Amino acid sequence: MSDNPLLKVSGVSKFYGSRIGCQDVSFDLWPGEVLAIVGESGSGKTTLLNCLSTRLMPSAGSVEYRMRDGNFRDLYHMSEAERRFLMRTDWGFVHQNPADGLRMTVSAGANVGERLMAVGDRHYGKIRETATDWLGRVEISADRIDDQPRAFSGGMRQRLQIARNLVTGPRLVFMDEPTGGLDVSVQARLLDLVRGLVNDLGLSAIVVTHDLAVARLLSHRMMVMKDGHVIEQGLTDRVLDDPREPYTQLLVSSILQV
Amino acid sequence: MATPLVVSEVSKSFIMHLRDGIKLPVVNDVNFSVAGGECVVLGGPSGIGKSSILKMLYGNYAVDAGQILVNHREKIVDIAAADPRTIIEVRRHTMGYVSQFLRTVPRVAAVDVVAEPLVARGIDAAEAKDRAVELLARLNLPRELWSLPPATFSGGEQQRVNIARGFITSHRILLLDEPTASLDATNRRVVNEMIAAKKAEGVAMLGIFHDEEVREAVADRILDVSAFSPRKAVAA
Amino acid sequence: MSADLATYNFAYLDEQTKRMIRRAILKAIAIPGYQVPFASREMPMPYGWGTGGVQVTAAIIGPDDVLKVIDQGADDTTNAVSIRAFFQKVANVAVTTHTKDATIIQTRHRIPEQKLTEGQVLVYQVPIPEPLRFLEPRETETRKMHALEEYGLMHVKLYEDIAHNGRISKTYAYPVKVDGRYVMDPSPTPKFDNPKMHMSDALQLFGAGREKRIYAVPPHTEVVSLDFEDHPFEIQTFEQDCALCGAHGVYLDEVVLDDQGGRMFVCSDTDHCEDRREHGHVGEMLAPNQEAAE
Repeated sequence: MSDNPLLKVSGVSKFYGSRIGCQDVSFDLWPGEVLAIVGESGSGKTTLLNCLSTRLMPSAGSVEYRMRDGNFRDLYHMSEAERRFLMRTDWGFVHQNPADGLRMTVSAGANVGERLMAVGDRHYGKIRETATDWLGRVEISADRIDDQPRAFSGGMRQRLQIARNLVTGPRLVFMDEPTGGLDVSVQARLLDLVRGLVNDLGLSAIVVTHDLAVARLLSHRMMVMKDGHVIEQGLTDRVLDDPREPYTQLLVSSILQV
Repeated sequence: MATPLVVSEVSKSFIMHLRDGIKLPVVNDVNFSVAGGECVVLGGPSGIGKSSILKMLYGNYAVDAGQILVNHREKIVDIAAADPRTIIEVRRHTMGYVSQFLRTVPRVAAVDVVAEPLVARGIDAAEAKDRAVELLARLNLPRELWSLPPATFSGGEQQRVNIARGFITSHRILLLDEPTASLDATNRRVVNEMIAAKKAEGVAMLGIFHDEEVREAVADRILDVSAFSPRKAVAA
Repeated sequence: MSADLATYNFAYLDEQTKRMIRRAILKAIAIPGYQVPFASREMPMPYGWGTGGVQVTAAIIGPDDVLKVIDQGADDTTNAVSIRAFFQKVANVAVTTHTKDATIIQTRHRIPEQKLTEGQVLVYQVPIPEPLRFLEPRETETRKMHALEEYGLMHVKLYEDIAHNGRISKTYAYPVKVDGRYVMDPSPTPKFDNPKMHMSDALQLFGAGREKRIYAVPPHTEVVSLDFEDHPFEIQTFEQDCALCGAHGVYLDEVVLDDQGGRMFVCSDTDHCEDRREHGHVGEMLAPNQEAAE
């Protein structure tokens, strides 16, 4: 187990005038840890995710990331060039709607290869080989490498999005409702895939979801948010099996049994 | 070597906010320890908190007071106060748990469910799979089920997957919650043998067994959980 | 009669406009390949007819310059003739069809075969200056990509070509990297001409009137065509030689001769062809006549 966390979040708040997006969120994330941020609509979980992933500037607080050289850098004191580079290499961001995270008019192979080309890979054959390998890992048949995502089903697009994000070996992946909008059987397949990849690659991940089953399956730790505040956090199975806060108990008891 | 598991002054209640915040005490002032190579059985009537104690030891339930001291890699870790990644590390390396019910993950084959704890500890996947297969065979799980996800298995079949998964590693502490509940006599005896083997290896075990025969076979001592009952404390 | 009419300022543009364009040109030369925005003026020809090139030429031309104008390599097409006539009228400069005699060469879509020398300026007419435009329609994004040197997307386009066509199929407006920094669109010249841009002795200026951008490649600047290690950049090759002058290894135009599909391939660069013929070179089309004459 390494001694240093990968991400240090301290007092992050985002206000829209007097409205609270999220307030005073602090936690550390270690390598290989998956954190689920759970809450209902309006809880602030997506706002928080965007503040952590530099898509939204917080009103207060800091987010520090441990770079590959071991040094911690405050993400909001970095140049935009450095942030964008980080986004392309060390991080991934899986959007709820795969179309937001893919180039829909470019082939699947090019979608996966783009990040490699962006960091200077210049050998067509090797890029294609890597893309084929990754398509295989996300269970997309290799013969679809030249097809555009426009021709893919929702589940396939989402898996392609995951491959596109993971090809540069990121250490931290942000996911915004990765299974939202997918059919149940498709969700199961995707979750199993994500679980496997996160384990195999030792990824850290921050997953925003309103689905507690997704949190249980994917995450080690969980944060429950309500009205912009973190009201409970801890080991995922502890929070789900022994909820302490009233709102958490409400959430857990509201899950419909099949 | 230090005692693998020491429980000290542990208390817990549930506060049911959805039921107007009524307080349900579970246990009060729990004190005991488990030595390596012994199997301690938790006794007492149904509902007294036996399962809850196991869950607290595993970190699945929180405690209101007290300490749960586990000897983890020659250091003492207090599960009651530890952070999530420490608890996960303890579960991965030192403390195993065989629950009553198998929480099934879609699409993962039985043999992979069993092999997973070894793979998580860095054992080569092929070797882990071999050991998993060995255990499943020993527990008489039909071969044709090995490559299927356990979601559609019978209770007894799921239980055997659960047991195999719990026993496959070399954890120094094993928590067993009704591991033989859905098993037939043959398989109950297999489990007894497995428990005996673990004892011989010096593993500390704490279990709940409703079955008399199993209890007779494996228990070194019985801990009556009624002694920690808050009702008793209230009455006194 | 002409004494009563207003006359044109030298080279049509007012002096302030020329200064503004010259400033843009200096910036462009200082940052090779970088697209400098400029306040493109309304010219007496519509957008799409070379207004960018005309404005650049108008800003740099002086009374002692000798101007050559070509369109697809030819001095005698409508556009070349019109623009040449325009500058004769508003600048009263000497004009020529000979590449080696010109000081300024304004071109649409071709680079002369004759190697350019120090002191010459080649002014390109550019329709769409942004090489990334068809991949990324947002100007805000493409500006950032240039600023942050994020050119992965450019290679995505080339990758797609190879995936779909087996090779990079872009044969004109082939993207280049200038001075190891900016990716540039060389205007719709055939990729055949790309090597001519590299380490040229001449100054190369690019004007896009409708898009309001000027960019430049100073003399002796590296211009490298983008490619993959295992799919290196290759220029077009022609099996034939020029039917008129027998030139080999030059860019050829295909000319349809009759209704039966008869065709001939001739030099796209008309000056080059004439020059060779003056020096006695003949192609197969003219050879039988020569023999007959002999």
